Amino acid sequence: MIAAPASEPLRRFLQVARGAGLRVSAAEGIDAARAVDIIGYADRTVLKDTLGLLLAKTPDEKAAYEEVFDLYFKRDEFSGDKTDDRDESADSEQNEASSPSNGTGGDGMGGQGGQSLGSLLSGDDRAALATAMEQAAREAGIENIRFFTQKNLYARRILDRMGLRALERDMEAMRQTGTPEGLGRAQFLEGKVDQLRDAVRDFVERNLILYAKGETEKFREELLKSARLSNLERRDLDRMRILVRQMAKKLAARYAKTRRRRLRGQLDTRRTLRRNMGWGGIPFITVWKQKRIEKPRVMVLCDVSGSVAAMAQFLLMFMYSINEALSDIRSFAFAGSLIEVSDILEKEPVEEAITKIMSLIGFGSSNYGNSFADFEDGWMKYVTNKTTVIILGDARGNRTDPRTDVIGRLSLRSKRIIWLNPEYRSAWGTGDSDMYRYAPFCNLVTVCSTLRHLERAITDILEDAV
Amino acid sequence: MNDALPLGDSPLRSIDSVELGLSEAGYIANRQISTAIYMAHHLQKPILVEGPAGVGKTELAKSVASWLKLPLIRMQCYEGLDESKALYEWKYGKQLLYTQILKDKINSVIGDADDLATALDKLHAFGDVFFSHQFLEPRPLLRSLQEPRGSVLLIDEIDKSDQEFEAFLLEILSDYQVTIPEIGTVSAMVPPIVLLTSNATRDLGDALKRRCLHLHIGFPDDKLEAKIIGSRVPGIDARLLKQLVSFAQQLRTMDLKKVPSVSETIDWAKIMMLLHTSVLEVDLVRDTLNVLLKFEADIEAAGKQLAGLTHKARQDAGIA
Repeated sequence: MIAAPASEPLRRFLQVARGAGLRVSAAEGIDAARAVDIIGYADRTVLKDTLGLLLAKTPDEKAAYEEVFDLYFKRDEFSGDKTDDRDESADSEQNEASSPSNGTGGDGMGGQGGQSLGSLLSGDDRAALATAMEQAAREAGIENIRFFTQKNLYARRILDRMGLRALERDMEAMRQTGTPEGLGRAQFLEGKVDQLRDAVRDFVERNLILYAKGETEKFREELLKSARLSNLERRDLDRMRILVRQMAKKLAARYAKTRRRRLRGQLDTRRTLRRNMGWGGIPFITVWKQKRIEKPRVMVLCDVSGSVAAMAQFLLMFMYSINEALSDIRSFAFAGSLIEVSDILEKEPVEEAITKIMSLIGFGSSNYGNSFADFEDGWMKYVTNKTTVIILGDARGNRTDPRTDVIGRLSLRSKRIIWLNPEYRSAWGTGDSDMYRYAPFCNLVTVCSTLRHLERAITDILEDAV
Repeated sequence: MNDALPLGDSPLRSIDSVELGLSEAGYIANRQISTAIYMAHHLQKPILVEGPAGVGKTELAKSVASWLKLPLIRMQCYEGLDESKALYEWKYGKQLLYTQILKDKINSVIGDADDLATALDKLHAFGDVFFSHQFLEPRPLLRSLQEPRGSVLLIDEIDKSDQEFEAFLLEILSDYQVTIPEIGTVSAMVPPIVLLTSNATRDLGDALKRRCLHLHIGFPDDKLEAKIIGSRVPGIDARLLKQLVSFAQQLRTMDLKKVPSVSETIDWAKIMMLLHTSVLEVDLVRDTLNVLLKFEADIEAAGKQLAGLTHKARQDAGIA
């Protein structure tokens, strides 16, 4: 296998693609280079299809890829004809500019830079200026930009490469001469420099979008996953919902099949005989008994009062998104008393269902004892030894009778009780919290205040690990 | 590795010739699909084809095989598929039979040995006769490597197999070789063209995806679908074809459990041909709707809008 050296435009495109959130490995980069060797850059659509086959491996990635491909290959530097005439114009510009410039103290490179920048600015050739900017940006390594906080840094670097410092020195010198001509020219250049600053800032911003969109998104998502769900900002809610769906989809895909766990040391005689029929039933290959891991039947009891409500929303959303990995789910909401809300959740999208549930029951202070008694009266008979009961709540019953006896009976009837508490462990048992009174009857009591906690708790339930 | 497929004046010389060749084999490919086949050959990488059921993923492999006149070797994946069914198995019966027959001959091999040690040495010198190619039962994967002219290997519905099997496939997918402990490594005489299909019932591993070209085939637009049906149901009336396609395309925009796929539209077109229909009538559509839609709830949902859908379909075909 010959690894062709990746050409410069391709190498930078790969970097852009990574920035957009595509996971491009080194091996894929090599393949992309080989592919480009075969098909070349000439036909843009073929190039797009080919690189798409190699780099984007999911529908999401395909969409991101197409966007980034168009963005990247439509930029000026790839339209060849333009390149030629801006070279010419830049040259003529320089010749023109060199005659009137009155030999300001230029020392070597810096001076030259200042001079050429000055001439670039005074001529009104936008294309030449843009090219100079691209050039400077490349030298400044703009493709490494990742965060919006780096905007000023990169803008500064680009301006430096373009020779701003030298130009400023030149301008200072012009002012020193004191002649009206010098002062006028300095003033003129000052205005132009301001425009240039704006242009560069703009340019850096565009590049930030190009190179760092994916990174920024990823960073933001990581933050959100470990943010406390009770104090989310409104604008993050939508993104949160998308995240929940993504996580749920992953779990559902993994656990939707019935799984089996091999029982060690127990021979399955019937299947062993069948397997070895080919050689007269002599057991060359042994088959062991397997235990089916059943999909959990779940009953979710959610406290929807006050601070727990936000958490309840995400728990319910999560549970209903992994529907295919569960064999049955019934949900209940409670505050002062308890009602079944399965119907509402099945018929309507979760966001609307939650609002509806809140209007039905989400007022008043929570009364755990009363709610559990309601549950025993109405639904205890549906609880079997295959049922997983998930209770979400802070266990703060406002000093009412906690009715631990109901939970005791529930724990005898059900397969397991899992209590998710959005409060920190240190707050359990303080004030009116009855957490430690309920805890002995639960198979698992765990803090659950962020999306990550939620994901872990639900994975444990699906894994049958509790 | 360089291009080793014996395709001399290769039909794979350009993307256009791929497109042409596939259409001669009865498969109307869009540009992306042709590009994928072309690149698969030149980069020698397998193609992972994803997309909804019934858009012609499996058909693509069949068409490539018939176009290139290579044998198609198909392996259907399912839960519990393992090496012995996918790669090779020892012909145990034959081994047993031969040991019985050859029992008498053993004396001629070790006849003059005085003690056990020399006898064993002689046997060792004889080599592993019973674990050689003659006693090997090749399964699809091995068969496709052994085809002297190359082959098209279709690994169908890879998402149905277990994760372990997916990992096992990696060696054959990246190097076109497999390792059989008793014999050694078997490399492909001519690297096969490998197509894997998946309905995305589960996410495939990154390692597998990285080794493949990833081709997503979606539902075709109306023009392409008309072309596909035209080639699959020869002799169909152009106006009927337009109505059928328009109807199916409309159904796909509805919120259904399972929207009709291309293969279902083709079946429907065949039925309409048999019934000598030229214009869609609401009653006829109602009676044959179960060809397109496979869920009771979907049939019910579409049934309510049948008149509108049929009317629109006729309009699109220019029938008042």
